Amino acid sequence: MKGWMGKVRALFLLSILSLILSGCGVENLSAFLPKGYGAEVSLDIIFISLAVMIFVFIIVMVIYTIVLVKYRQKKGQEDFVPKQTEGNHILEIVWTVIPIILLIVIAVPTIAATYDLADETDKGDSLNINVTGNQYWWHFNYSEEEIQTSQDMYIPVGQKVYLNMMSSDVLHSFWVPAISGKMDTNPENENTMYIEAYEEGVYWGKCAELCGPSHSLMDFKIVVVSQEEFDQWVSDMQNLDAEATPETASAQEGQALFEQSCLQCHAIGSNPVAIGPNLTNFGDRSKLAGVEDLTHDMLVEWILDPESIKPGNKMTGNYDVPSKDEAEKIADYLLQLKPSEITPESASE
Amino acid sequence: MSNTIAQKKGFGATLWDYLTTVDHKKIAIMYLIGGGFFFILGGLEALAIRWQLIVPENDFVSAGFYNEILTMHGTTMIFLAAMPLIFALMNAVLPLQIGARDVAFPFLNSLGFWLFLFGGILLNCSWFLGGAPDAGWTAYAPLSTTSPGHGVDFYILGLQISGAGTLMGGINFLVTVINMRAPGMTYMRMPLFTWASFVTSALILFAFPALTVGLFLLMFDRLFGSVFFDANYGGNSVIWEHLFWIFGHPEVYILILPAFGVFSDVFSTFAKKRLFGYTAMVFATVLIGFLGFMVWAHHMFTVGLGPAANSIFAVATMAIAVPTGIKIFNWLFTLWGGSIRINSAMLWALGFIPSFTIGGMTGVMLAAAAADYQFHDTYFVVAHFHYVIVGGVVFGIFSGLHYWWPKMFGKILDEKLGKITFWTFFVGFHLTFFIQHFLGLMGMPRRYWVYLEDQGLDLGNSISTVGAFFMGVGALVFLYNVIYTSVKGEKVGGDPWDGRTLEWSIPSPPPHYNFAQAPLVRGLDPLWIEKTEGRKGMTPAEPLDDIHMPNNTILPFVMSVGLFIAGFGFIYQAEYTGGFIAMFVGMGITLGAMFTRSVKDDLGHHIHKEDLDKGAGM
Ligand code: HEC
Ligand SMILES: [Cu+2]
Repeated sequence: MKGWMGKVRALFLLSILSLILSGCGVENLSAFLPKGYGAEVSLDIIFISLAVMIFVFIIVMVIYTIVLVKYRQKKGQEDFVPKQTEGNHILEIVWTVIPIILLIVIAVPTIAATYDLADETDKGDSLNINVTGNQYWWHFNYSEEEIQTSQDMYIPVGQKVYLNMMSSDVLHSFWVPAISGKMDTNPENENTMYIEAYEEGVYWGKCAELCGPSHSLMDFKIVVVSQEEFDQWVSDMQNLDAEATPETASAQEGQALFEQSCLQCHAIGSNPVAIGPNLTNFGDRSKLAGVEDLTHDMLVEWILDPESIKPGNKMTGNYDVPSKDEAEKIADYLLQLKPSEITPESASE
Repeated sequence: MSNTIAQKKGFGATLWDYLTTVDHKKIAIMYLIGGGFFFILGGLEALAIRWQLIVPENDFVSAGFYNEILTMHGTTMIFLAAMPLIFALMNAVLPLQIGARDVAFPFLNSLGFWLFLFGGILLNCSWFLGGAPDAGWTAYAPLSTTSPGHGVDFYILGLQISGAGTLMGGINFLVTVINMRAPGMTYMRMPLFTWASFVTSALILFAFPALTVGLFLLMFDRLFGSVFFDANYGGNSVIWEHLFWIFGHPEVYILILPAFGVFSDVFSTFAKKRLFGYTAMVFATVLIGFLGFMVWAHHMFTVGLGPAANSIFAVATMAIAVPTGIKIFNWLFTLWGGSIRINSAMLWALGFIPSFTIGGMTGVMLAAAAADYQFHDTYFVVAHFHYVIVGGVVFGIFSGLHYWWPKMFGKILDEKLGKITFWTFFVGFHLTFFIQHFLGLMGMPRRYWVYLEDQGLDLGNSISTVGAFFMGVGALVFLYNVIYTSVKGEKVGGDPWDGRTLEWSIPSPPPHYNFAQAPLVRGLDPLWIEKTEGRKGMTPAEPLDDIHMPNNTILPFVMSVGLFIAGFGFIYQAEYTGGFIAMFVGMGITLGAMFTRSVKDDLGHHIHKEDLDKGAGM
């Protein structure tokens, strides 16, 4: 008996200990550390329901423990026949009615929050971004501002931003745990949700619906900046010259190569082509293809063999693989695409 | 196994006997072996998943192969392990509990088993034929409709065939309970396991057709160029989600209700008490079954159905907690005031209470739509459904196996090994899954082949992997126990546990015809009533007479082989003429066997009453 409960207790202690060791997860990723409206609302509901449930769990475990301590067959009592009770109406009513009340305690705030998070009344007056999930990258189209970008979504802090979401292929799900709960992107209909971030910074986003081999590599970022910085970024993006000639000779050659064999999928500027990620501000990004650190070597590796980085991606096999030398030049070109001072790096300072 | 008849006959004769049998007890054993085999397979897949996730950015398996493993783990465990193991228990016990000589349709029973087995084999053939399905056990379109290769085709045909078997099993048990109860066995005197199996069978009847329809649409999309789920042509992928979960949610209750039944019987037997609140337990079971059909969209809160639908389904889902709570408290009060014996069967039942309560709690939390936006498709959900399905269904299967093993095989599973199994599995289980609740909210979506470094997910994942291997060890010890017991175990009598229900009133293992004379049932726990009134066994309800039994037949096996061949045919018909031919040959075999069955009279045989004492038919 002792050993029994002892083991259970040790187990829970172990779990809790490991939790403390790892904290509540990493900032700007964990849903336990909300930095946005949706995440905060969801966490409130999580705690309300958790509190009620722990209350129920304690009651169950108290009865359970009493039963196990008191009513075990003792030595010499093998022939004892307990009273064959049929039931008890009062008790049965109690454990029907009390749970109903407890569930109402959870249900009311749940419904309120569910409607709150689906609210769209000020959609027309707010920043709208069209989000497209693709195997295995994200595209963001600021239709009113005429800005196209991929992988990094820039939004102003403290503002409601509406996301109109669709998929270009299979189902994906848009999830930035620290800012808001998730919403699926479907191929047949547009889903809308709003997000509002409380603090500037760079937040991890993840795809949460199985979408193929590189599902776990379909990360993206939300870059939250001040309103002024956001306006700055918008004007930088709007006013850039997509065909500007780069400074170094190698980058110039890279540009020519890129236009020749990459431009049909990758747009630079506000061109709506989006078979592959828009690379307008590629040099400003912190990550390559969402997951790898953006370095020159990594980029060359990607251009030569994207399959080794993201299995099953839609670039592999669909472009003319350049020579190593050419790839270096293209990398030089791509890395100098830095239209704005406002970058993930500046936002996380 | 330890079947006395089996040992006397040659191997060929035994094999033929099992291939042709329509005896529910032998079919139970086959379900046990088949389900057990797939359980081991699914377990190995689980270990591969956990090994891949033991450290960040691991490359134990490739990304594409990982998706195949996770798909096959889920599909195998639900359709090919849990379902057949539940059917094993239902077949072994249900007819005995209601005092019947067999199920209502013995032929159909055998057909159901062979369809399950050949469907499962067909599905697993995909491993060797270009890759297993990789779109998740939920097979969401358009990922499933666009998945290259034939993996998903195997999923469709394999599940279609084994699903047909399950549907037949469900219908069979429904009719059995309605028509085959012994004199005096009214509905409100049926043991809870029988009640739960009865409700489960009704759920199968209404839920599986949704899967069948969904699989047909998917099959047309993939194999015959239709566009039901293709948005480019006006199709709609969300419809698949609805069809899948209209089946998929009741499926959870299809699995858990019989486990609830097992626990009810086990608690009452080993606490030596009548089940507390029997009537409430029955109504709770029925209510859970009914509500189970009203809640499917809680799997789809993030699909974008809107706040009204989300709120309605949230509240409906929470409502299920009420009858479930009623059950938990009734079990606790069955134990209250009892004389509790703790053996392996009881350990699993006792371990179930806290484990399943946690699973139920997280279920209510998930039902809160606004919170589910965070939980959905993360490891929180993975943790939740493993608490429910392992902590509920698998614990229930283990409990039931320890409890009814002596009835099925005439020997009690070794107690010491049983306890080792329980403790390693129980500790491993909580170690594996408890931490996953946190991993989910810390930002780990489910079905992730790798997680990145520096995201705070390393420690939790390593702990989880260690736990999974404990569970593996537990399962191995159980396997060893089965072999050990069948070699070394001692024979026991018909009633080793001081049982309360009809199955304990006949020898272990029971004779071919179960009951020489139908027993007269005089209340709930009929055997217990007789024992408290000083009698040794049941009073017969009829004079000793000739017993009419069904004949063995190979036709169900032949029909299933036909569909198996046709399955390959459908998958390859577009590419090879051989496939086209196989389609017709396979269907021809099946239809031919059906035709034979229809025109050839099979009136069964009689066991003469003079032969009964001599143990004829055993
Ligand atoms: C058939 C269309 C196609 C062509 C042609 C193509 N790509 Fe891509 N590219 C893609 C797709 C799709 C992705 C997104 C891969 C992923 O993340 O899954 C991508 C991703 C990239 C990325 C990573 C982008 C990011 O957001 O981090 C780079 C860099 C890139 N491609 C460079 C090139 C270069 C250089 C060429 C020409 C040599 C090229 N691509 C040709 C389709 C294409
Ligand atoms: Cu995705």
